[in-house]
Amino acid sequence: MYTQALDIPQQNTEAKGPRTIENPAYQAEFDAKIDAGGYIEAKDWMPESYRKTLVRQISQHAHSEIVGMLPEGNWITRAPTLKRKAILLAKVQDEGGHGLYLYAAAETLGVSRDELLDALHSGRAKYSSIFNYPTLTWADIGVVGWLVDGAAIMNQIPLCKCSYGPYARAMVRICKEESFHQRQGYDLLLTMMKGTEEQRDMVQDAVNRWWWPSIMMFGPHDKDSTHSAQSSRWGIKRISNDDLRQKFVDATVEQAKVLGVTMPDPELKWNEARGHYDFGAIDWDEFWNVVDGHGQGNVDRLAARVKAWDDGAWVREAALEYARKHDARDSRAA
Amino acid sequence: MERKEWPLWEVFVRSRNGLDHKHCGSVHAPDAKLALQVARDVYTRRQEGVSLWVVQADHIVASDPDAKPELFDPAEDKIYRHPTFYQLPDEVNHM
Amino acid sequence: MTQQMTSPEHIEYVLRLGDNALILGQRLSEWCGHAPVLEEDMALANMSLDLIGQARMLLTHAGRLEGRGRDEDQLAFLRTEPNYRNLTLCELPNQDFGRTMVRNFLYSSFQKLLWERLMTSSDAELAAIAAKSIKEARYHAQHSGDWVIRLGDGTADSHARAQGALDYLWPYTAEFFATTPVDDAVAAAGVGPVWSELETAWEALVMPVLAEATLTVPARTPFRSYGKFGRHSEHMGHLLAEMQIMQRTYPGAQW
Repeated sequence: MYTQALDIPQQNTEAKGPRTIENPAYQAEFDAKIDAGGYIEAKDWMPESYRKTLVRQISQHAHSEIVGMLPEGNWITRAPTLKRKAILLAKVQDEGGHGLYLYAAAETLGVSRDELLDALHSGRAKYSSIFNYPTLTWADIGVVGWLVDGAAIMNQIPLCKCSYGPYARAMVRICKEESFHQRQGYDLLLTMMKGTEEQRDMVQDAVNRWWWPSIMMFGPHDKDSTHSAQSSRWGIKRISNDDLRQKFVDATVEQAKVLGVTMPDPELKWNEARGHYDFGAIDWDEFWNVVDGHGQGNVDRLAARVKAWDDGAWVREAALEYARKHDARDSRAA
Repeated sequence: MERKEWPLWEVFVRSRNGLDHKHCGSVHAPDAKLALQVARDVYTRRQEGVSLWVVQADHIVASDPDAKPELFDPAEDKIYRHPTFYQLPDEVNHM
Repeated sequence: MTQQMTSPEHIEYVLRLGDNALILGQRLSEWCGHAPVLEEDMALANMSLDLIGQARMLLTHAGRLEGRGRDEDQLAFLRTEPNYRNLTLCELPNQDFGRTMVRNFLYSSFQKLLWERLMTSSDAELAAIAAKSIKEARYHAQHSGDWVIRLGDGTADSHARAQGALDYLWPYTAEFFATTPVDDAVAAAGVGPVWSELETAWEALVMPVLAEATLTVPARTPFRSYGKFGRHSEHMGHLLAEMQIMQRTYPGAQW
């Protein structure tokens, strides 16, 4: 899954990373490499602002993956069939894997995973606010796959070519795995739409609740976005929020027709002149409210992550202590 | 302060026999044995591998990016090392 | 499928295997998103997926043997509690990572022995399932065994927790080896071993690991549990309520 959060300010994580002392010669070399579409690798010189932006973007993305395990994880134990249970568990597990790849990419920039998690747990770091919405019925599992992962994939594919090598490689791996996520969601919904009236109503209700949050995932309009210009230059954000959003709407509306559901937007209609669907105004107050912590799930999601981390502390310490004891024993024996 | 974080390990996977192990990512693990196991759990869920290596990340010795010119540029003009340098008559050019 | 009449004992034996995998798979899936580190989240989900996969094959097979047209989902979601034949150990709450790992170790060590024997079952389908499942059980026993050692021989706190988990779980392992006429009938037909025969071999597997973990094995007590006979713990009803809710609420719906 993905985060719109690269446009969301947060306190930067301070850390000693790769060499970032400002140096005009290095800067020129860096700029030339970026402009030629080349990759920056972990040990290469990079401007401090590039490093900070990447740490923020990659870690917010990683946080989104692991917080994103929770709304769908909410249904694993209640999945209606064993096949669906296995699919959902494998899918949510993948999100954990994606978080893991991304934390590892961020760590190449000189911050540790524990520091990044600490920023999440203390509320300093943001994650994608889409995951603060509740999953109320089984249909939500399908709709999250179809719309939320659908929006995510659109956001992620351009990042496979981003300028920072470790991030780009993580994204290649993630995109390969992600393609199953959207398809399984749509498949789940198709099955429900072929079922009873009650099941079809459940799907429509879920679409009604998730449609607007999904298109908000692409972030604020380009004119209101603070980071886009610099990030585009750096090749860590290659397509504008509004362009991606339009692309998503155009693709999704057609998929909705096949499915037999309608989007909760009376203004949604094909614009022949533009060659795109027009859609209604996005309620940005709602968006910022959830970003600022007032969504239905903000408190519970974060509390669940903190609890898992705190409850696991003794396990992590035990494993380290065991390693320490046995290293000591081994070196005495040697 | 006492270190509380599990060390980082780099993971290399051989996707099938006949190929080299290739770097595929990292994991955190308290020791080598568990590092290997979680590498398996993280990086071979889709039949990506038949063999795994893990190396503690701080045991890897890397070349200095600043030394790129002296390390790698001198190879630039040794074009005679490449087979395409040699123009042979057509009859034997598949050599 | 099978041409000759299948005995009720044979069906129950396969159901017991399927229910063990189903119920422990369900318990392990509760960890998803809540493990001590991301790496263990991945590992626990893999083990749960292995078990759910085993359950699907075994319940499908049991349904075919039974010949009443019940598929894996009807068996998994639409039986009443006494008709589930899993070991009580499998249904106990996860509690913490320590108890989860000790249980996985005790259970998967037993499964290793069982699948090994079932690979030569006269029931060809069961033998094929065993050939696949034994690889999974070996990995689960390895992973959980390594954790039992680290938790037992880690910090004072982790040692106390691991010991507490072993003290709590150990009495339930007596149920593995409780004799039942079902086993005798099944063994006579060459379908699978009498579970009580596996006790010595199981102890030989688990004792060295528990010793390396510096844990003390509790003495056997008169405590007995009866999940595999259909008499479960209080925890089972809650597990089933959660697991069955969709199938119970929307009878006959396709998902």
